[in-house]
Amino acid sequence: MSEMPARLAATPRVRHFVSRVLMVIGLALVVVFFGLPLLWLVTAPFDSVPTLAVSWPEWTLSSFAAIGENRYAVGSFVNSAIIGVGTCAVVLVLGAFASYALSRVRIPGRDGLLYALLLLSSIVTGTAAMVPTFQLVNLLGLIDTHLAVVLVISGGTLPTVIFILKDFMDSIPKSYEESARLYGARPWQILRDVVVPISRPGLAFVAVWTLVQVWGNFLVPYLLIRRTEQQPAAVLMYTFYTESGQADLRLLSAFALIFSIPIIVMYFLVNRRYGFRFHGGIKS
Amino acid sequence: MAPALALIGLFLVFPALWTIYLGMTDYRLTGLQAVDPSFVGLDNYGRILGDPAFWRSLRLTLVFVLVSGIIGQSLLGFAIAWALRRLTGWLKSLIETLVLAAWVIPASVSSFLWIALLDRRGGTLNEILGTEGTAWLIEHPMAAIIIFNVWVGTAFSMLLFSSALAAVPPSQLESARMAGAGGWQQLRDVVIPNIRGHILTNTLLITLWTFNTFTPYLVTAGGPNGASEILAVYIYNTAIPGGQLGVGAAISLIMLLINLVIALGYLRVGRARQAKPADATAAETAGGVVKPS
Amino acid sequence: MAAITTQALVKEYPGGVRGVDGVDITIADGEFFALLGPSGCGKTTLLRSIAGLEAITEGQLHIGDRDVTRLEPGQRNVAMVFQDYALFPHMDVADNIAYPLKIRRQGRSARRGVAAEVGDGLSLTGLMERRPGQLSGGQQQRVALARAVATRPDVLLLDEPLSNLDARLRLEARTFLKELQRDLAITTVFVTHDQAEALALADRIAVMSAGKLLQVGTPREVFAKPATTFVAGFIGSTPMNLLPGRVEGSRVRFGSADVPVPPDAVGMVDDGAEVVWGARPEYLGWSTTAVEDGVEAEVTVVENLGASVLVTAAVGTDRLQLVLDEDHEPEPGARGWVTARAHRTLLFDAESGQRLDAGAGVPAVAP
Repeated sequence: MSEMPARLAATPRVRHFVSRVLMVIGLALVVVFFGLPLLWLVTAPFDSVPTLAVSWPEWTLSSFAAIGENRYAVGSFVNSAIIGVGTCAVVLVLGAFASYALSRVRIPGRDGLLYALLLLSSIVTGTAAMVPTFQLVNLLGLIDTHLAVVLVISGGTLPTVIFILKDFMDSIPKSYEESARLYGARPWQILRDVVVPISRPGLAFVAVWTLVQVWGNFLVPYLLIRRTEQQPAAVLMYTFYTESGQADLRLLSAFALIFSIPIIVMYFLVNRRYGFRFHGGIKS
Repeated sequence: MAPALALIGLFLVFPALWTIYLGMTDYRLTGLQAVDPSFVGLDNYGRILGDPAFWRSLRLTLVFVLVSGIIGQSLLGFAIAWALRRLTGWLKSLIETLVLAAWVIPASVSSFLWIALLDRRGGTLNEILGTEGTAWLIEHPMAAIIIFNVWVGTAFSMLLFSSALAAVPPSQLESARMAGAGGWQQLRDVVIPNIRGHILTNTLLITLWTFNTFTPYLVTAGGPNGASEILAVYIYNTAIPGGQLGVGAAISLIMLLINLVIALGYLRVGRARQAKPADATAAETAGGVVKPS
Repeated sequence: MAAITTQALVKEYPGGVRGVDGVDITIADGEFFALLGPSGCGKTTLLRSIAGLEAITEGQLHIGDRDVTRLEPGQRNVAMVFQDYALFPHMDVADNIAYPLKIRRQGRSARRGVAAEVGDGLSLTGLMERRPGQLSGGQQQRVALARAVATRPDVLLLDEPLSNLDARLRLEARTFLKELQRDLAITTVFVTHDQAEALALADRIAVMSAGKLLQVGTPREVFAKPATTFVAGFIGSTPMNLLPGRVEGSRVRFGSADVPVPPDAVGMVDDGAEVVWGARPEYLGWSTTAVEDGVEAEVTVVENLGASVLVTAAVGTDRLQLVLDEDHEPEPGARGWVTARAHRTLLFDAESGQRLDAGAGVPAVAP
């Protein structure tokens, strides 16, 4: 009599315990799976003799000097920055105007057009249209220029950017603008005083999102830029471990870390600052 | 608005359309046909469809999409989101940070991290497993890029499903619990029906992205001997190093058509299953809509 | 300070729907004027047309002696408080109040000065550095009012000014608003769907339906002498009793009962005419004994209203509602006689819904 209730009570508890243990093991595996490759990124640059394997480093910062010694390394960061800032500027300005206009003007088929472009952009960007893109840029005489990379990536990201920003613009009550209009504000004043400040979180998000896209984008500059001194860090990084025979791990590890840090920092800062997540953010 | 549309038109829509024309020429990167390409009609398509390399690439791509995208990223992403749903504190932030970091760091860095991890001689994996000398990238190239892609892309599904799970009305879960439903039953009866739209969106986007991703090129360059040459890499190898721009464009078009079929297929499914919620979330997430939390 | 005059004002939307359909109205200088009607009646469209936020399709609009029909909103010297107040969330209270001055290119210190002064007048002292999100609903409304009056506009427009406040605050805000309007003496037009609000606040009320004016008059006029059955049903916290009947000599008969033809309508109706007899519940009485011209009825429902009760009584197949003093509360099921003061009863034409009035023309418009 007394055993039965005891066992009945124990079974759910045991089951609960087992599921707890399984969950902890599962989470540990997740940590290892995602953490292991990253471990190298944070240890190797500080090791005086970095190897491909992860090991406790003999602490030194000398690897970072290798970046200065490389002919193209510093320049490639500048290139990445130029392309990144350039694309952000183009995308933000054009995206803000376009999304504001699209949000306020009633055009039949507007949403359909936007979805179509969105779909196209997620299919086409880079890969499927690489041949005509290459040709087009060639035709425009823009091969080996940063402008080409900026324009191509902007064209590919703008649909998404407009989509995101339009959502923000849509959420601004019309009465805000009407109120400003009543006091005689001109459209540009409304944009400056009302629309831009209120959609600032959206603009910040879009800026960072674009930067993440551009900073890591490999295919477009790889396709359009042939001269080494023009190449951004993403492409140069690749050549470090494919073209120079025996890879220089000191250079490679330090370069990889410095290349990764800005984008990681920015991502997490914006995440915290504006209290939102990349809810469905796209990084292709 | 006009300048933005012009830019989109020039660098997005126009290349897509031009692919159609290019695919019917014998345009090459160098040589006589570079100056004066001639129209060859559907010859390119005939050649591609008769080329076993294309069919192998297509098969590899489908395996890649199915295993790394639909199964790997989606399921792992959902599992992590589900496990983290109740968790708070350092473990949650650790896992989120790791998964997101893998997603955010530039592709050329993450690919090298995996090259280092899987290296034949000094790789960490071989050291851990004690399998010195195993050349993972050569012996199991497909497995390598599949796992690599799961590593890189799981963050998206994790984020999408976390927000989807947060939106499941607690009252529904509570009433299921009061009816005596266990974890699995809650998942099946309450959670899945509630987030069906998100699942569809996630699968659609993951499929398209995985189908088109070029990043595995950085790990294996399609090798060895095309053993991991998915379509995006195949196009690149044909068009740029191979110099056959016309043929590359023709494959691109085939790829675009497959994409279109996939997208339309998903939309049909979405519409068939009571379109409203699915469409709404598709609209939301396709744009990467941000919700201030 | 200025009067507002509209002549045959029409606002037509694409597709031919007329939001405002030929409105002639004159709002006197300094008047507190209500546009009242159910949602979709065109009252907000009319307000927005005066503001300039809707382009006027036909007709003319004058503010003071200026024809502002085609002017931009910013050139009309009107101010408006929106239903959601439209305070800019990224600016503090002072910047919000002074925003119109910023547009007029006034210096920062001048703006701050005006904001402080206007804010003081609206008891916003000490809140100047706050963001709108940190204010209560009532405070937000006062900030919106302060912003609207900061530039001393000719006309103040209020869109559902009290609808965003909770019930208890609403009464307080209503008194405040009436006081403020009297002190500033700015011509003020407000839109509401709440008849009690319109009755309480306005000097005059325009009742609208389907883009047209049904009646313009003082609160007392629209309450006591509604121009149509629609107005009669819309005004009053308990709607007017409206019973269809037929004129028989000097009596109006409905069902088994009959009442005298109201004095206003005497001589206006022929024998046998189809009419609607109207009486406000507040103007009806209850007698437990038979009285002359009383209508025999049975009490079906009694609802407590606090100091009074709302009694529903069945007269044959018709129903009458009465508001009675709490001391005269009948029991449900009780039988008695409904009494009406004849001069408080009204008669409407059954077909057109227009009130039949021998004394005045229809509709009654006050000077």
